[in-house]
Amino acid sequence: MPESRIASFGRFRRSHEFWLLMVILGLCASLGFANAQFLTVQNLFDLLTSYAFVGVLALGLLVVLIAGGIDISFTATASVAQYVTLSLANAYGANWISVFAIAIGIGGALGGLNAIFIQKLRIPSIIVSVATLNIFYGLLIFFTGGKYIYSLPDWFATGIFWFEFEWGKDSSYGINLQILALALAFLVTWLLLNRTNIGRQIYAMGGNADAAQRLGFHIFGLNILVYCYMGVMAGIASLIQAQLAQSVAPTVLVGKELDVVAAVVLGGASLMGGVGTVLGTFLGLTLLAVLQNGIILLGVSSYWSPFFVGLVILISVSATAWSQRERRTRSARR
Amino acid sequence: MATFLEMSDISKRFGGVHALRGVDFTLEVGEVHCLVGENGSGKSTLIKIISGVEAAEPGGRIAISGKEYPKLNPVYSTHCGIQVIYQDLSLFPNLTVAENIAMAHHLGGLHSVNWASMRATAKTTMARIGVEFDPDAKVSELSIAGRQLIAICRALAADAKLLIMDEPTASLTRHEVNALIALVRELKRAGICVVFVSHRLDEVLEIAERVTVLRDGAKVGTFAADTIDGGKLSHLMTGKSFEYQVQAPELAAGPVVLEVKGLGRQGEYEDVSLQLRAGEVVGLTGLLGSGRTELALSLFGMKPPDRGTILLDGQPIALRTNAEAIDRGIAYVSEDRLTLGLILNQSVTANVTLTVLERLAGAFGLIAAGARQSHVARWVSELGIKVSNPANAVKTLSGGNQQRVVLAKWMATSPRVLILDSPTVGVDISAKDGIYEIIRRLARDGVAVLMISDEIPEVLYHSHRVLVMREGRLTTDVAAAATSEDALRQAVNA
Repeated sequence: MPESRIASFGRFRRSHEFWLLMVILGLCASLGFANAQFLTVQNLFDLLTSYAFVGVLALGLLVVLIAGGIDISFTATASVAQYVTLSLANAYGANWISVFAIAIGIGGALGGLNAIFIQKLRIPSIIVSVATLNIFYGLLIFFTGGKYIYSLPDWFATGIFWFEFEWGKDSSYGINLQILALALAFLVTWLLLNRTNIGRQIYAMGGNADAAQRLGFHIFGLNILVYCYMGVMAGIASLIQAQLAQSVAPTVLVGKELDVVAAVVLGGASLMGGVGTVLGTFLGLTLLAVLQNGIILLGVSSYWSPFFVGLVILISVSATAWSQRERRTRSARR
Repeated sequence: MATFLEMSDISKRFGGVHALRGVDFTLEVGEVHCLVGENGSGKSTLIKIISGVEAAEPGGRIAISGKEYPKLNPVYSTHCGIQVIYQDLSLFPNLTVAENIAMAHHLGGLHSVNWASMRATAKTTMARIGVEFDPDAKVSELSIAGRQLIAICRALAADAKLLIMDEPTASLTRHEVNALIALVRELKRAGICVVFVSHRLDEVLEIAERVTVLRDGAKVGTFAADTIDGGKLSHLMTGKSFEYQVQAPELAAGPVVLEVKGLGRQGEYEDVSLQLRAGEVVGLTGLLGSGRTELALSLFGMKPPDRGTILLDGQPIALRTNAEAIDRGIAYVSEDRLTLGLILNQSVTANVTLTVLERLAGAFGLIAAGARQSHVARWVSELGIKVSNPANAVKTLSGGNQQRVVLAKWMATSPRVLILDSPTVGVDISAKDGIYEIIRRLARDGVAVLMISDEIPEVLYHSHRVLVMREGRLTTDVAAAATSEDALRQAVNA
């Protein structure tokens, strides 16, 4: 039906995602002019690889925000999962399936712990996750002394490299572990949120928790699922990060929470719950990557990076709030 | 006619308090039944028992379509076709119209979502009651009346045989209420039983076939609607009788305090001229969107007018902010007292003194605790606010007492002009009477009161003069004694 196509395009044009896409295209065009390095296949693959860690975590956080909660303990969860999994792999031997199974198990269990405190004791999720961030991280540093692991199993250090192809002189590209995990995480999260009843229940719960309860939704079960999902994503992210860095560094992940929050919030997810899309998160992640990469390519000191990220978040959130207010006044006058 | 629901000897205790005592209640198939009673009379408890949320004490009997349910729970109750639309509507504002109506598709174990069938369910259900919304529009984009239609559609999509509506008209304009009443008649023709819980007695009598009255957890009786009137109904609900008379106009002979000439604000109201006299209560009514609230906000400095003049004691004044209005002795009590008028989590003391903090300040601008306490004690006793300790949070008080706290907050500023927007929305009859008494006393003390209300009897019986606004213009300005409910209704809806 072309009519409904036009209607849904009209809706898209008014959406946050549309404006985000325009900003990204504009930014990409100007960066492409300013630096020939920017719009290259090389740079594209590099960006996808290096932002896969933030991207996978952002998808976990998106689901938590839609459900009406928040979690910032995921970097500590990832650090624990990474350290424990790869220590076990070094000690007892492992393969791709077993390392991912262990990391996902640890991540899921720690996420479930958050959910139990939040749901059973009715403690606000921000407080629980601030506490567990410190507990998980504190225990990890205590038991490991903060030591790095540099020797990883050979097969892990080599990684994967699928669908290899040549482009230009002397450069070959392919699907690596990071890009594969990022793509799968996007696909699975999109399916969960848009194609399953459980995903829609998560949206409904975030929009009106009382009404969801009255309709007979299993609120506790949904919350367990949501925080476990975040933990699972943290487990996966931790391994692709270790593979990229070729080491396990217990102290470097904690502190990266705000990049993840930035990507999700730039993507239009609301801290009030019920609002946010996978497409928006993809665009938010892209904007964050383009901004941070552009600053480096333009030769600006990377110390400016947080400033610009903060500035763009503030502008984006203000623009959304302003346009909503405009729409409200206009509809009130009608 | 067949009986749909039969309940007998239903009791419920919460702790030591009897919420319901031996109540019998029957509903016929396709009947429109109103349930009335003051707050705490047991209406909500009865609804919760019908919907299976609360269990009745042993000894009570519940039969639905002739089948006994010794232990009713929400699942059985929904299965029997019982649907409750709560006052908050329980919709999901972030989701689409289609998803809200067909929400039952999402229940059950993990399965994939069939968007096409949800849209189809939504469309057929909307067609059943003759409404048309874009199934892909977000519910947050709809008006309150639109949302209510979506809530009704959701109940119908869940195959409702009994629809219970809790205060469905509380936030609707008269126009929208008429549409709702027409819709209820439509549902009745389709054999659906409707239970209406409402505070607005004129609506109750307009729509109901039978009315059940509860008082203090006991049933006063069930009456055919054509055998009773508003006065009798409020007597049955409260056990007291209320007689309202049009106030004598000679009471309002004070000098003009506030005068407005040719006031206008782009897109909201135009060419409004009026006078408010000391000691006079002026009622202002009109449909939502008629400009009445915008006019009030202009007089309070929150929506400055584009054109015209405002004169206070004959002197032209400019009101650009509400702080200026408060300084000049103009006070405004907003419609939505719960979100705008009060800080619910804070104490009565904090709320009552909020507007006069500067006046209570002692040395170095610090608040003097003693002055604050005596100030609060004075208003609590003067307005008869029932609170054991003024340090208690406002949210622990009843609706009527909360309203008094808001009034105290503004009366403490010794206003010369007091604007009240829908002062009795969601308040019981006996508490309403208390509020009217306060308004009368304020007027006797020489305050000019402008009372905005949807309810025509309210403006007619409690004002000296009545104003009607329609489509941004002031169309009627008449002494209350010289008009009637019918004439006003015509002026509002014409």
